[in-house]
Amino acid sequence: MSHKTIVGASALAGAVAMAISGTAFLGSTQGAAAATEKCYGVAMAGKNDCAAGPGTTCAGTSTVDYQGNAWKTVDAGTCTTMSVEGGRMGSLEPLDRDLPA
Amino acid sequence: MPRSDTSTAGEQHYFGAALLNPDLPLPEGIVGPHGKKAQKRFAVYRNNVTVSLVNALADIFPAVQRLVCEGFFRDMARFYVAKEPPVSAVIFEYGGGFATFLEDFEPLSRYPYLADVARMEKAWLAAFHAADAPPLPPDTLAAIPAEQLADTRFTPHPATRIIRSRFAAVSIFSASREQRPLDGIRPAIAEDGLITRPFDAVEVRQLPPGAASFLSALIAGKTFGEAAGLTMTGYPDFDLPAAISAMLEAGAFSDCFAGQPTTEQTP
Repeated sequence: MSHKTIVGASALAGAVAMAISGTAFLGSTQGAAAATEKCYGVAMAGKNDCAAGPGTTCAGTSTVDYQGNAWKTVDAGTCTTMSVEGGRMGSLEPLDRDLPA
Repeated sequence: MPRSDTSTAGEQHYFGAALLNPDLPLPEGIVGPHGKKAQKRFAVYRNNVTVSLVNALADIFPAVQRLVCEGFFRDMARFYVAKEPPVSAVIFEYGGGFATFLEDFEPLSRYPYLADVARMEKAWLAAFHAADAPPLPPDTLAAIPAEQLADTRFTPHPATRIIRSRFAAVSIFSASREQRPLDGIRPAIAEDGLITRPFDAVEVRQLPPGAASFLSALIAGKTFGEAAGLTMTGYPDFDLPAAISAMLEAGAFSDCFAGQPTTEQTP
């Protein structure tokens, strides 16, 4: 005799409904990826992150400190509160300041 | 004797071997403009090849590099490059055996989770380069009549990868990639990771218990009912709604096909 569990149609339908209604979203997928955002204009030269990720070559290619079109991943909600020397602030959008010559 | 323009497969093989093994003599016919053996020039080339491959590994495995520190990583990567040179001309496919190499690398024997962190990184890059496909809209699944759900099958999204670890590989990977400290992570607690790319950005999630078994069964082509049944047999506490939420939210599948109506069965 096998111990295979048979899941009935109503149980499956109930699970789908529950999943889609969002009630089951709580706690299901928390934890792995903490919320982050891209922050422009705060990375030191050569320390920027890259949209294309590892295996490509744009990470670490910024050439001036706080380069406006280079970004770094920071905790969500903290970017626009970041100030760097000279009263410059972080931005969620690329900036025109501090671009390499 | 003038050198011919075509080299034999044997010559090419030796040239490749000599590039990665400085103990091998200079390949035949490597000469400077005046016909002298180009020992130094070949050494420069040798160095460039190795350094570029070490750089590639550092780009592919940044979380591992951060965990073991850069100097150690680069020294270790040289051993790996010599042991397993690329087999593909596509550099992002390099490093397929790196996780296994880490498992067997004696100096890291006290850090057995590193191999699974490396597997997460390979899966991340594979997901990044996978074909584009729109994720399954939740409404498509919701529209399937209840009596057809048990026989419904799912098409995996091209980017979807599942990594099951005996260690806290997902937490350690995420902390290292986000340059957070590892405080509070207990490495010996098993974790399952789901890696997807529903749109442009790769997403990494930790799966609740049993969900990896459930999703793997669906990816392997089992029906919705079979996958749920198999998983509940192995994981009595399996939370099916949570697993369905996770797979929809993550975009683990790109499509689903309703099966034939089935009548409710009792075990």
